[in-house]
Amino acid sequence: MAQYLLSVHGTDSDFDPPAGKFGAYATEQEALAAMAATGAFNDRLIARGHFVFAGGLRSASSATVVDGTGERPVFTDGPYLETKEWLGGFWIIDAPDLDAALELATEGSRACGGKVEVRPFAG
Amino acid sequence: MFRIEWPRLVATLTGRYRDLNLAEEAASEAVLEAVSAWGEGLPANPGGWLMTTANRKAIDRLRRESRRDAKYAEAVVGASVPEPTHRVEDDQLRLIFMCCHRALAPEVRLALTLRMVSGLTVEEIARGLLVSEAAIGQRITRAKTKIRGAKIPFAVPENLEERLADVLAVIYVVFNEGYLPGGASELRVDLSDEAIRLSRLVHALMPGELEAQGLLALVLLTDARRAARVDEAGELVTLDAQDRSLWNAAQLAEGHALVRACVASNRPGPYQLQAAINAVHTSAPHFQLTDWAALYTLYDQLYALQPQPIVALNRAVVTAELRGPEVSLAEIDDLPLSNYHAFHAARAELLRRVGRIDEARAAYTRAIELASNVAEVRHLTRRLGDLGVDA
Repeated sequence: MAQYLLSVHGTDSDFDPPAGKFGAYATEQEALAAMAATGAFNDRLIARGHFVFAGGLRSASSATVVDGTGERPVFTDGPYLETKEWLGGFWIIDAPDLDAALELATEGSRACGGKVEVRPFAG
Repeated sequence: MFRIEWPRLVATLTGRYRDLNLAEEAASEAVLEAVSAWGEGLPANPGGWLMTTANRKAIDRLRRESRRDAKYAEAVVGASVPEPTHRVEDDQLRLIFMCCHRALAPEVRLALTLRMVSGLTVEEIARGLLVSEAAIGQRITRAKTKIRGAKIPFAVPENLEERLADVLAVIYVVFNEGYLPGGASELRVDLSDEAIRLSRLVHALMPGELEAQGLLALVLLTDARRAARVDEAGELVTLDAQDRSLWNAAQLAEGHALVRACVASNRPGPYQLQAAINAVHTSAPHFQLTDWAALYTLYDQLYALQPQPIVALNRAVVTAELRGPEVSLAEIDDLPLSNYHAFHAARAELLRRVGRIDEARAAYTRAIELASNVAEVRHLTRRLGDLGVDA
């Protein structure tokens, strides 16, 4: 077995939309459907023994970067990377090989309605 | 001998140790040892000798590496070497699917397949693909790292049909690199030959897969025209002007037999249809006797499977023979192929035939700008010249 990080990226408003907006989805209905499909996908991961962890993140603007390498820690408001798209949610799964991980990622992508990056854990 | 044995060693060792680097190095060391040891005469079973030697080299390497890392020492040295429980061919097939895996970028698949499955050296691949050795080396290293890190499986996949299409696509790119190369050479024979070898291998490994059979037929029938395709001046000779007696009769016979077997199975796919198209072309004793109606039907079937503008363009070329250049021009005018040299070359030819000479001249000029193969450029340049100077 190997572990893989399946991550979903997007803009801040995709994952933490302002009131009355639905992020990456056009309508509330679509957003709810994707949420339900993602929940069902999580249940399948658990049932088939692939599930390790999953979660969605708040907007990148709510992040704080901590640099503890110096004498005193330095705190910076905002995300580590300067980019337009950030990590918004992820799964950690157990899978026998990349073929199995890619298949699960395809399911996950279909469920949440976004692209999924598959990246193996070291070791 | 080593050209054939080296990839077989790599496949078997990869199956055994799941480590491409180890397999590659142990196979190469075994071949080196054979070169010096066989000076006094071949052993009774050269293939077996190589396999035993390569396996010993692999174990030596594992021991050396494990000594550096005491934690693994016992595990590796103590472990017995699993005896092969299946045919070398099964490992070769697994290796092919691993090298052509869709998680690898297309250009990486190409380099890795030529290295591991064909056994070409990095230098040969670089020369064949007109890419620097450093870049090819980097692609192969990156691929090995990803295969190991992401656990790309050494296995024949479950979704065989889809994944076989990926494998066939890699081989077809190799063939086309040889057949229509960029750069200074008219044809690059070694890559075409290599693609034929790979097609034969995949067909032999998966005899029931009709698309693999179709690809083998396609490359054989296309390559059979090689000697007639470029003249002494290095200029491309189009099908209508080729000396058909120069075609390779044995290759044509083999290709035609493969196409007939595909047709009998009646499960057409893109490669089988393209092979059938080539079979129709190469069945005609003269260009004028080509069965254009059969070609049109085949292109129609191909377009139904692959509704791509390039297929429509090729079909329109057949239309010109069946219904005249005016109808054909109407078919191609709106195709979104303005950056494709063959589109402008085909259009130029049709425009010339309907007497729209100024437009033909512009189209030839555009085709020459876009074409990358020297033989094709020479041909187009002569056609442009044949139109005469601007009145």
